Amino acid sequence: MSESEFITLLLALFAGAIRVGTPFLFVSLGECITEKGGRVNLGLEGILVCGAMTGYAVSYFSGSAWLGVLAAGCSGLLLGTLHGLVCSLPRVNDIAFGIALMLLGTGLAFFLGKPFIQPQAAMLPSINLGGWSSNLQLQHALQINALFLLGVVLALLLQWGMAGTRWGLALRLVGDHAETARALGYRVNTIRIAATACGGFLAAVGGAYLSLYYPGSWNEGLSSGQGLMAVALVIFARWQPLRCLGAALLFGAAGALGPALQAVGITSGYYLFNAAPYALTLLIMILTCRPDRTLGNAPGELSLTR
Amino acid sequence: MTPTRRLAIRLGISATPLLPTLCALSGTLLLFVLFLALQGRPAGEACSLIFEGAFGSSFAWQNTLQRAAPLLLTALCVALPARVGLIVIGGEGALAMGGLAAAVLPSWLPPWSPWLMLPAMAAAAMIAGGVWIALCGALRQWRGVNETISSLLLSYLAIAIFKHLVEGPLRDPASLNKPSTLPLPDAYLINPLPGMEVHWGLVWGGLACLAAWVFLRHSVSGFAMAIVGGNVRTARLVGLPVNRLLLLACAMGGAAAGLAGMFEVAAVHGSANSALLAGYGFSGILVAFAARQNPLAIIVCAIVIGGVEASGSLLQRRLDLPDATTLVLQGLLFCNLLAWEAISGRLAALKLRWQETTPNTALPASEASHV
Repeated sequence: MSESEFITLLLALFAGAIRVGTPFLFVSLGECITEKGGRVNLGLEGILVCGAMTGYAVSYFSGSAWLGVLAAGCSGLLLGTLHGLVCSLPRVNDIAFGIALMLLGTGLAFFLGKPFIQPQAAMLPSINLGGWSSNLQLQHALQINALFLLGVVLALLLQWGMAGTRWGLALRLVGDHAETARALGYRVNTIRIAATACGGFLAAVGGAYLSLYYPGSWNEGLSSGQGLMAVALVIFARWQPLRCLGAALLFGAAGALGPALQAVGITSGYYLFNAAPYALTLLIMILTCRPDRTLGNAPGELSLTR
Repeated sequence: MTPTRRLAIRLGISATPLLPTLCALSGTLLLFVLFLALQGRPAGEACSLIFEGAFGSSFAWQNTLQRAAPLLLTALCVALPARVGLIVIGGEGALAMGGLAAAVLPSWLPPWSPWLMLPAMAAAAMIAGGVWIALCGALRQWRGVNETISSLLLSYLAIAIFKHLVEGPLRDPASLNKPSTLPLPDAYLINPLPGMEVHWGLVWGGLACLAAWVFLRHSVSGFAMAIVGGNVRTARLVGLPVNRLLLLACAMGGAAAGLAGMFEVAAVHGSANSALLAGYGFSGILVAFAARQNPLAIIVCAIVIGGVEASGSLLQRRLDLPDATTLVLQGLLFCNLLAWEAISGRLAALKLRWQETTPNTALPASEASHV
């Protein structure tokens, strides 16, 4: 590989980290909020697909991509609330219901999204940060989507909010020790339902990014399991919003590996390189998890890490 | 107390385990009808078409059973690990690995007689699938990795490896449009059952469910697995080999899914190609949960879910509904099944009260397990 090819590869990985990593960022922030409250929502995958469809459809009808993002968020809010409500019933396993929600969400999205596979909807704009450079590749790499910047701000806000606000402390208390929260007069189920609903909102926004920016169309093979990988990503990030940002970028780079290698002419093993994020997720989980003790920072009520 | 009242109470007691499932079924139908009616689609007609497409004719029955055959085995891939308390959802990966192993084995071995080769293919498929799911169990036991996530990731990885091998090193150069492995020689193809188009996989799947039921119900290891699933700490206290039991349950489940892949290759497709990845592994999760992880109930549920999936094309043809209609129905069913589980606690309490009011009502022997 020559030096220029290597630089092309690096730039493609850098651009890909942001471009492919943005949905990871939103879904993992959503899952982070949910898990901080003590529940796991594996259904974020279904919510993501549903959000992608809703966002695309609304953007197509209204002509405004931002309205699409908002509508997608609301659809996620609904499905998240459903998960929160049903899992508040006795004897309902949150992991199992997440799997069910995954099926329901994708089913609804495929059913309702059938008419939107062909038409072209309004896309989200990107912000050009590379105008100072004369290098075309660098300019292309620095075209950053506005949603990514919003996600970064959100990660910072959440990091501060979890540690420094009354809301954040209540959420963490509910997730760490429900009995104590109850004794202090907090409504455990209400807080968890709210957390799951917010998580659903963010996951659906991540889905809208997929259909409205990159890859930028609605079809049934749009998601490649980002919603599920986000669950592993949050474990890797040790339930810290800022670390979620780093992890999302890392996963984005791994996801961009296949197309980036293709860009410099390496095409054999296409499927294997595209599976890099899954391998990375598994590897990270093997390295970070321990059988004999719970992870540092893990919410105490979480069924996932017990 | 009047005899009628006593009879009513006895009926009530024996019906309680079925009640959540019945509620879930009616809830699903209601929501499905509502969903279609809200969009102005002919809801009643759709429901009757689903029934017609699933069980309405001998052709429909054959289509249904053809789909039910792999579901019997992939559902075991969820139900057996569930016995030791694991939620494994990676059956699709085990099916892909098993199908691939079965498809390439004959090209590596001398031309044996089918009586020798078919069991060898089945064994290869079961080993491939078993190792794949056992890996999830091993990661869980020795590294503490959550098995639900790892099984799904492993399943994505298996699909990637499958596609890489089928389109790369193991590709038959003659398969131009649809990359496949070398086609199996005709002698190694599995015939349909006499007088039907359904293949022998249905019979073997049913037998596997029966064997799993006998194993879980009547063998010492099966009982030990139930203890591990109920409370790991207790299992360790009484000195059970928890790790070994857990791996065994996972390996058996994976072997079942691998076998499903072998039957799909040898009886339906004739070689390993991407048509093998039709989502049977994922539908098997729903079947297992609908059957409450009971291998005998899996036989019924697999036929029902197979029927729902089989009716999709009829809905598409007659009513112009999207092919995802059956997916919506399955999703609603899955959600309802889990949500209605919530009333089973109340029901158990109610049952106890009824039993107190009728002291001479003997509890049927089969009842004790459902409580």
